[in-house]
Amino acid sequence: MATEPLTASGYIKHHLTNLTFGKFPEGHEHAGHWGYAHSAADAQAMGFWAINVDSMLFSAGLGILFLWLFRKAAKTATTDVPGGWQNFVEWIVEFIDTSVRGSFSAKNDMVAPLALTLFVWIFLMNLMDLIAVDHIPWLASLLGVSHLKIVPSTDPNITFGLALPVFFLVLYYSVKIKGLGGFLGELAFHPFPKWMAPVNLLLEGVTLIARPLSHSLRLFGNMYAGEMIFILIALMYGGGVALGAFGGLLQLGWAIFHILIITLQAFIFMTLTIVYLDMAHQESH
Amino acid sequence: MNFNATLIGQSITFIVFVWFCMKFIWPPIMHALDERRKKIADGLAASERGKHEQELAEERATAILREAKDRAGEIIVRAEKRAGEIVDEAKVDARSEGERLLTAARAEIDQEINRAREDLRGRVVSIALAGAGKVLEREVDQHAHDELLNKLAAEI
Repeated sequence: MATEPLTASGYIKHHLTNLTFGKFPEGHEHAGHWGYAHSAADAQAMGFWAINVDSMLFSAGLGILFLWLFRKAAKTATTDVPGGWQNFVEWIVEFIDTSVRGSFSAKNDMVAPLALTLFVWIFLMNLMDLIAVDHIPWLASLLGVSHLKIVPSTDPNITFGLALPVFFLVLYYSVKIKGLGGFLGELAFHPFPKWMAPVNLLLEGVTLIARPLSHSLRLFGNMYAGEMIFILIALMYGGGVALGAFGGLLQLGWAIFHILIITLQAFIFMTLTIVYLDMAHQESH
Repeated sequence: MNFNATLIGQSITFIVFVWFCMKFIWPPIMHALDERRKKIADGLAASERGKHEQELAEERATAILREAKDRAGEIIVRAEKRAGEIVDEAKVDARSEGERLLTAARAEIDQEINRAREDLRGRVVSIALAGAGKVLEREVDQHAHDELLNKLAAEI
């Protein structure tokens, strides 16, 4: 914070910048050194071989939290009357199981755990959005951390990092179930007759590529927009008592509405994953 | 919004997490759920069976009760019949006993009558003798009139 002037645009920019670790490029004052980017421009200049430390830490941390909590329930799972936490976990597991049974017609033991992981993990990542935007970055700044984005799902790297493995799974199962010829045939011979194969290939190719894009950008866009609104509301706290009180009211309202959004986005991401994988398993065409 | 190696890091993390979930979380929970479902189904079936058995037992109990009632009725009828017989027998016995007592009493009365008669006869003789003595004012020869007196006594 200290390096930037405290203006509205500076505040917003600061909140939208990841804590990026990478190698400073040529022409920079720290050229050739590894370190944390001081600004969004620095992060941009670091190129591909840099890492958003905050996104990675929060994402992995929340994932491990999810695995730990559910593993605890899984270890103590008995056929007796379930306790509170176990009951909750079983409720979620049954919900996922029902969703998977409803949308996924083939037999694959991987889909349900995949869906469970995606749903709970994305939900937890989105949940970070409900923590007031300044609190954790402020704590971190006391420890000397310049930038911190605590909502991993507002980082496109994270959402693409989820959507791309799903996309590769779709490709893998498409080829495995239908054979390479079958898969390519599906791309080339629909929706028009065979002699229009190039047109078909173009259309189906775009559809195929659009899937991971829309899959990840839907989550990213929703969470990014939600985060942005929280930041804008937080700006109002600097505008006097009346505006601040109004901002507090707005933040409460938006947070309550956001509970719906974060759950819905996690559910949509999971459902789309199931549907895409189901399509990969369909041999009907 | 810039892409960097976070993408790869997140992908690897994702795959590891899914693997862990698939290996250590999903199967035990699903297993527990299935087991509990089975247990509940068994419990319901057992309760259904118990209900059925209870119905059967109730039916059996009713049948036993009805049979017991029938038999009790039978026993009462038989007992009543037997009681009637006993009363009849007792009546017959009593009648014959009564007759026997009556005959005995009659015989005794006859005996008493005879005895009294003999007694009376003796006394009449002695009174007659005394009377006759007074009338004659003299000693009557006992021997001379014995025959006469006996005749008189026999007449009385």
